[in-house]
Amino acid sequence: MRELINWLAEPIRSFPIFTFLFFMMMRYYKVVGTKKFGYWGLAISIPVVAWFCADPNFLAIILWPDNIPINIIIIMLTFLTWLSLYKCAENDKRIEAGECPIEALPENREKVWAWPNLVYTELFVIIATTIFLVVWAIIFKAPLEEPANVTWAPNPAKAPWYFLGLQEMLVYFDPWMAGVVLPGVIVVGLIAIPFIDTNPKGNGYYTFAERPLAITSFLFGWLVLWIYLIIVGTFLRGPNWTFYGPFEYWDFHKVVADYNVNLSEYVWIKILNVPMPKNLVLREIFGIIGTVAYLTVLPFLSLKTKIGKELYAKSGTIRYYIFVFLFIIMMSLPIKMVLRWLINLKYIVALPEWELNL
Amino acid sequence: MSEKGLAQKVRETQVWKSIFRHGPPDNARNRASVVAGNVFLHLHPIKLKKSGVQLGYTWCMGGLTFFIFLALTVTGLLLMFYYRPTAEYAYNDIIALKEHVPLGIMREIHRWGAHAMVITVWLHMFRVFMTGSYKPPREFNWGIGVILLVLTLLLSFTGYLLPWDQLAIWAITVGSNMAKATPFMGHGGPGAALAQIGDFVMVSDKNDVRFQLLAGRFVGEPALLRFYILHCVFIPLVVGVLIAIHFWRVRKDGGISAPL
Ligand code: HEM
Repeated sequence: MRELINWLAEPIRSFPIFTFLFFMMMRYYKVVGTKKFGYWGLAISIPVVAWFCADPNFLAIILWPDNIPINIIIIMLTFLTWLSLYKCAENDKRIEAGECPIEALPENREKVWAWPNLVYTELFVIIATTIFLVVWAIIFKAPLEEPANVTWAPNPAKAPWYFLGLQEMLVYFDPWMAGVVLPGVIVVGLIAIPFIDTNPKGNGYYTFAERPLAITSFLFGWLVLWIYLIIVGTFLRGPNWTFYGPFEYWDFHKVVADYNVNLSEYVWIKILNVPMPKNLVLREIFGIIGTVAYLTVLPFLSLKTKIGKELYAKSGTIRYYIFVFLFIIMMSLPIKMVLRWLINLKYIVALPEWELNL
Repeated sequence: MSEKGLAQKVRETQVWKSIFRHGPPDNARNRASVVAGNVFLHLHPIKLKKSGVQLGYTWCMGGLTFFIFLALTVTGLLLMFYYRPTAEYAYNDIIALKEHVPLGIMREIHRWGAHAMVITVWLHMFRVFMTGSYKPPREFNWGIGVILLVLTLLLSFTGYLLPWDQLAIWAITVGSNMAKATPFMGHGGPGAALAQIGDFVMVSDKNDVRFQLLAGRFVGEPALLRFYILHCVFIPLVVGVLIAIHFWRVRKDGGISAPL
């Protein structure tokens, strides 16, 4: 059983599984978003987690003080994702039946005094948080390792957990993409959301049915790409950034064969059977054409689909292109992951001479 | 006189009245004064829609982020009394903090609080997205929020270096090595080689973005000072100003979002 889970946890398998579960959750959000589902989920996950914790390797990594925040965010996120789907499902059923969302009921529109209604809630939350933080601080000492030593690097050298998604991306992309371009696109893309999503519905209440595309694409980036990669980077990456299953001991000796091949090598040597051209641009021409086509042709192709047509009609040329651009940049990560697993692809465009590897 | 309770007596003293200018908040007029007359409480509107005070709607994550930010400011201030940002002292000061300061959990609260703030700020964004609260008229405030989120991460990141242990410098080394690869502006990034006139290299490891960030070519003492000032003064000030704008706009955009 433990072997099986170690085997399943490897990104090549766990990423498709996680993605599949995510889309099932979105597809059947009305089933997921019920109290019954919530209680069953809780009832099943407690013994499962307990069983996981019975393993010393797993427990050691879970209880490492700097990993506690990730445990907390996973628990809270599971609950809050369920809660928001529950609220979406509730409202969507009402809207289907021709009623207003719960937030729009007269008793919820009614104005109440900030004192005591709001102030007391806040006081309660503040006290609860304070207690929580103090207890956390008493149980877990802040870590302090050996004094800084520039000449000796620990292995693995990990960034703080909230950046481990980016560090995990380094497996698939070079630092200029994983560390600079993609984070930049994420920040700009987030700021752009209100200007791209012009759907006036779903403003001020929970709903899925009125904005399925917006919610699905956001949650895909947030849960499947960002959070999943953090989990992998934290719990499943050991020395040399090698994969270790949740029940595996980090023994430093695990050797993983690394025989990734660039696209240009594939095409020139394996398919065309000729030596690689000397001219850099010619050598990488397939990858360059592929990348340019990915960025320019896909937006036009997507216009042929039904969703594309509707969206284009609603949002206009500029908004549509920006949305598709952000979306395909986001999708470049899973695409690169899948290419790596399927054909051991290293770089689509490999120009180490210009530090330009894609 | 004797029928009045102690609380009532206290309320009638000149001292009490000099602080609180209104009676107990059990009627409409006093409930308005208590919120409007207090510098902290007046961040709130006097009355607001019921949906906006429900925990199930806001998850209180924005408010919690603000509270943790305040708690971090206070604990961070206390830590500053004991900490000197030099390669010689930094690490030993952290040890001294552990060994010589009685009941010392300030460092723990500060560190776990910093993690907690990252969590709450993410979850706050998640909630704001799920309720569609970024839609007009709140587009601008969403943008301010995204910048606050980035600054929160930078606050955590700059603080990570200060204990000056192996965990610290290597985590920052991993992070700042990414800056080296910035297109055109990092010496190991694409396009940097183009910025060269004859023998004169415009982008080198002595002037690229990583150098500006670390004040050096590796994580050394100048980087410690730089991160210390960013962490203790510069970023908190910017965050404080942006939070003020954020709160002001929450009010000006019509309070917590609700169906139109
Ligand atoms: C230091 C970080 C932040 C603090 C202290 C903060 C604080 C708050 C508070 C107290 C509210 C009132 C409602 C609530 O508690 O949910 C609020 C609302 C709001 N926040 Fe933030 N926030 C922060 C970061 C963000 C981020 C990262 C975003 C989004 C990217 C964001 C976007 C918004 C928006 C759009 C509203 C209005 C919500 C509504 O009307 O329903 N904020 N914020």
